[in-house]
Amino acid sequence: MRTQNWARQVWAIVVKDIAAELHTREILSAMFVFAVTAMLTFSFALDLRGAVGRDAAPGVVWTTIAFAGTLGLSRSLAREQQTGGIAGLLLAAGDRTVIFFGKSLGNTAMLLILEIALLPLGTVLFDANLLRPEIVLVVILGTIGYAVAGTLLAAIAVNTRAREVMLPILLLPLIVPLMIPAVQATAGLLEGLALAEVNNWMRVLVVYDLLIVAVAMLTFEYVIEA
Amino acid sequence: MRRRLLNWVLGVGSVVAFVGALVMVFLYAPREATMGEIQRIFYFHVASAWVGFFGFFITFVSGALFLARSERRWDILGLSSAEVGLAFITMVLITGSLWARPVWGTFWTWEPRLTISAVQWLLYVAYVMLRTSTTSQERVARFAAVYGIVAFVTVPLSWFAIRWWRTIHPQILAGGEMALTPRMLQTLLVSLAAFTLVYATLVRQRVHLEEARDRLAGLQAG
Amino acid sequence: MAENAPPMVVIEQLSKAFGPRVALDRIDLEIATGERVMLVGPNGAGKTTLLRIVATLSRPTAGTVKVAGADVSRGGGDARGRIGFLSHESLLYEDLTARQNLRFYARMYGLGDMTARIEELLARVGLTRRGDDLVRTFSRGMVQRLAVARAILHRPGLLLLDEPYSGLDPVAAESLTALLAALVETGCTLLLTTHHPAAEGTLTERVVVLSGGRVIEDGPVGDVASFPSRYRALLTQTMSA
Repeated sequence: MRTQNWARQVWAIVVKDIAAELHTREILSAMFVFAVTAMLTFSFALDLRGAVGRDAAPGVVWTTIAFAGTLGLSRSLAREQQTGGIAGLLLAAGDRTVIFFGKSLGNTAMLLILEIALLPLGTVLFDANLLRPEIVLVVILGTIGYAVAGTLLAAIAVNTRAREVMLPILLLPLIVPLMIPAVQATAGLLEGLALAEVNNWMRVLVVYDLLIVAVAMLTFEYVIEA
Repeated sequence: MRRRLLNWVLGVGSVVAFVGALVMVFLYAPREATMGEIQRIFYFHVASAWVGFFGFFITFVSGALFLARSERRWDILGLSSAEVGLAFITMVLITGSLWARPVWGTFWTWEPRLTISAVQWLLYVAYVMLRTSTTSQERVARFAAVYGIVAFVTVPLSWFAIRWWRTIHPQILAGGEMALTPRMLQTLLVSLAAFTLVYATLVRQRVHLEEARDRLAGLQAG
Repeated sequence: MAENAPPMVVIEQLSKAFGPRVALDRIDLEIATGERVMLVGPNGAGKTTLLRIVATLSRPTAGTVKVAGADVSRGGGDARGRIGFLSHESLLYEDLTARQNLRFYARMYGLGDMTARIEELLARVGLTRRGDDLVRTFSRGMVQRLAVARAILHRPGLLLLDEPYSGLDPVAAESLTALLAALVETGCTLLLTTHHPAAEGTLTERVVVLSGGRVIEDGPVGDVASFPSRYRALLTQTMSA
């Protein structure tokens, strides 16, 4: 009568997070407002008009995602902390990797939703076509790595005294092998290069994603247990 | 008593090696053609970088061992190596700046090796901050171990990404390479050995300090 | 109580230490199926640590814990479905409704009769009418009741309770006792920790006293009325030793 199915449990966690977000919408709205404010601030401060804007667009967009993302990641993990920590998940999940994949998938989806709003905004603001399918592919690959690393580190950060403040400190140096390739690939594609020509960068992104998923999967259980 | 003997040997060994290195750096190594005397900082710069990375590696290994065995001594080794490693990486950045200024006219260049040191510096600092920001000692040990592992694993990838980034945007400031004559190589190796001994001495002292803290806590509790 | 049933919980040489700090020191304990045990001791004795290790929320540094024959001390997942856990923290999501909370746990535990079971439990704890309200809007007593529903949702054979009566008003406490008594009748094994052994004396039959991470007393509750004073005497004895 009882069938604990790995995929079903992962999906249950994702559904739970979506349902909670649908009720409050506080994470997505906070991330979106922060991201828009950040992009506008960059535009004013660096006077990003015309060609300068087009050149700066990849960097500005990725930096914005990196910073706004920390808000969402922190809140997503903090939600588990609310009433008893992640204990409920630990009790019910047959296998610790269920929790890891469930939260990572949920966080990846949350970031992708943010990017669906951000890429058109960047396109309009900087007169650079960020909606090309090749660029979308780069964004997806970068987001996966970021979300996985971010989920692992947010699970740590939320248990420290500094909480949200700790996450950017931990996360940002760790995603250097993500940021550089993502920005360079996006910039190359914007200049008209074909996907094959930014191959080097794509490869680094894929290797990073695989590596970070492997390491996070192995170490996550040590982070969430009491 | 064996412990005290080893401490003494390490300490004296470090001093001797360091003095030896200093002598070689200033008197034995040749004056470099293009850069002049400032080039001598290269020996300290590279030795610090090597030791900094090595410290990272030790933190990585002790983190993995701690997660596997839950033995406090691996945790102590990890935190000691990280603190000492941070000091050495800071030296890399400082010596790098001191070197860059007279040679290239600027304090900072985005040269790949310097950039990767900056990234390592940030990772080390994050590790140290993490250790001081949690109330539960046992949990922070696990957090730090995990961070040490993940951080170390991303460094090689960062290195490649940074190198490729620098090659497609070559610096206007060239001339960072120099040929290594045999005398320079010997000096470098001695510097390396000296710095490694200093690292070992410092880590050992830090480990003893932490062990003493544990003993104190044990006495206070019981 | 089945005489020949295998023990529900077997704890062997269980230790939890970090450097010089010892939370649990080589604990040996066996709990038979259907037994009701009270775990008491002064602050810092290791009661909560022990309970959380049995609940698989935490890992020991040495020793083993077997629940229903399966080793759960190192992340083993098989017996989790048999374990229920209740503490003063509700483990519920405030941004979800009561039904959504229970539905989530039902899915995680893979319950076949999800809807029926949820409605049954909501009725048992008197929250049917508030089933579609966000837990954020619940009073503390209501949250506790829903937490109990969550804890027994998957019909666990072993129920672990960490100071379940702390912060409960007398009415809520009474209804919790009634619910637990009903569960006990179905053969559920009970292990609860408490600071105030008087109330729980009626529910439990055996008491284990923990101090400084060690078991210092393990026996029947005996005369419930005299238990508090005996317990106090025992603690003063231990602390001056």
